[in-house]
Amino acid sequence: MALAAVKSSTRFPDLSTVPAVDEVGVNERVARFQSRSIKKASKVEALKLVLSMIDLTTLEGQDTPGKVRQLCQKAIHLHAAMPGLPHVAAVCVYPTMVAVAKKALAGHDINIASVATAFPSGMSSLSVKLEDTRMAVDAGASEIDMVMSRGAFLAGDYHYVFDEIAAIKEACGAAHLKVILETGELGTLDRVRKASVLAMHAGANFIKTSTGKIQPAATMQVTLVMLQAIRDFYYETDRMIGMKPAGGISTAKLGVHYLVMLRETLGNAWMTPEWFRFGASSLANDVLMQLVKQSTGIYQSADYFSKD
Amino acid sequence: MASTAKRQRIAVAKTYKIYIDGKFPRTESGRYFTLEDKRGNVIANMCRSSRKDFRNSVVAARKAQANWAKASAYLRGQILYRIAEMLEGRREQFVTELVLQGAGRRAAENEVDTSIDRLIYFAGWTDKYQQIFSAVNPVSSSHFNFSVLEPTGVVSMLAPDNSSLLGLVSNLAPVIVGGNSCIVLASETKPLCAVSFAEVLQASDVPAGVVNILTGFRSELTEFFASHMDVNAIIYCDGGKQVATAVQEAAANNIKRVIDRTGINWSKPDAGHPYLIRDTQEVKTTWHPIGT
Repeated sequence: MALAAVKSSTRFPDLSTVPAVDEVGVNERVARFQSRSIKKASKVEALKLVLSMIDLTTLEGQDTPGKVRQLCQKAIHLHAAMPGLPHVAAVCVYPTMVAVAKKALAGHDINIASVATAFPSGMSSLSVKLEDTRMAVDAGASEIDMVMSRGAFLAGDYHYVFDEIAAIKEACGAAHLKVILETGELGTLDRVRKASVLAMHAGANFIKTSTGKIQPAATMQVTLVMLQAIRDFYYETDRMIGMKPAGGISTAKLGVHYLVMLRETLGNAWMTPEWFRFGASSLANDVLMQLVKQSTGIYQSADYFSKD
Repeated sequence: MASTAKRQRIAVAKTYKIYIDGKFPRTESGRYFTLEDKRGNVIANMCRSSRKDFRNSVVAARKAQANWAKASAYLRGQILYRIAEMLEGRREQFVTELVLQGAGRRAAENEVDTSIDRLIYFAGWTDKYQQIFSAVNPVSSSHFNFSVLEPTGVVSMLAPDNSSLLGLVSNLAPVIVGGNSCIVLASETKPLCAVSFAEVLQASDVPAGVVNILTGFRSELTEFFASHMDVNAIIYCDGGKQVATAVQEAAANNIKRVIDRTGINWSKPDAGHPYLIRDTQEVKTTWHPIGT
């Protein structure tokens, strides 16, 4: 799928203008997104949209080329028994597995995302992170998921964080950059908002909640705060930034709740895989099970769906 | 002052809820049906569970089943015994509920006592049924060939309508003795004891999700109990030929075990037997090469 090139404006933002987050308000708003009644035809369309937005992910120390090839097969053929399904947006792997994924996905319109920059902790020098990024890009990754330096951010060294993201963005070249804030380590919604602003100004194409290695991973609360930051950034600069909640979104129902939130916060323009992604591994099968349930009326079992 | 307060004490009526994944939620559908005694007085408002409650129960049962099957037979036996102990402690409550739903006092006492005894009976079988039903098989090649039982997995159960406590216990105990998890649709006309029994289960170290108990309408839910692809066996205890045909047809889609227990008098002393355990077991036969 073609990703539109986005020009980055790398000017350090005035962080004193970042608004404070009303946590009670966020919780109430999130509760409301979860109470929308979505009826059958809309639900089927929503589920298909969720499928098309998934970054099918495997980020384990035990990943083997075989496992990655298997994941790519799953990405191409989600559920052969049900024709007419979309394929996922991308597969997301470690840099050393990018070449394997590229070969396995040859001829298919599925992007390859790679985590980089000393994922998941980000605790390494800038030169190592740049090398990591270049390696993934050279191997064929079209999207880079970098981790923000939480240590530096929490220490208040915002300029370091900003410069680092800008440098990685440059190393990405034509590849899209997703910046992982790792909201589970930031502690407060105010910091999530501040980190979002910092990442967007430094040149991120996407902002992403989590690595999936820290609990809590993506929650609707942090995602809403990040979506609001994207909205305000768009009003300010006319630039669209994508959003990727990742980790812990494993049920179709929750996936649809995220879409409701996306629709009601950013609007239709963001309702495509170009601007919204789910980082997930088990979500796809739950969505497939729901889609089969919708077409047959019979509740499904994971036993009859390929794992990955 | 104190005596006035005592005289005017407001009745504390129990809210009967359903039991899913070790918790007592209300039905997600928000629907209720009213339970009345013979004179038409309201006894309680019962949850009229929906197919989504059933779906959630299956998810919980599936999640809980593997660990329950892995627990040692000895531990499962202890937990079964513990259920019996807890039931004994709340004997009076169950008798009252049975009487409230139309039973005579004597019959009610009998039913509760037999239920407790049956639990203890099945508690004893946990580490013995394997010995009765497993076998070393004679084969004419150099293999050590043996067959053992394994739990079939998740079992759905339409509990007997008439024998609302004893029938429930007699069908439930053999299922969980064998390492299965289950979802029960309680007696439609006498659902009180099933909900109180869920409270007993919760207090007895039965892991969350191993037993899930719903109340509601059989006509509405049978279809889903029988057709769910993630259910491995269905037990039904009432209904004529029509119900049997419907259950069997819907159960065929993933080749569930279909166990028909209609017309059994659960109060008979020999109504409990180990073949009830075997009904929800799969036989695994292993060919192990020897002498080479």
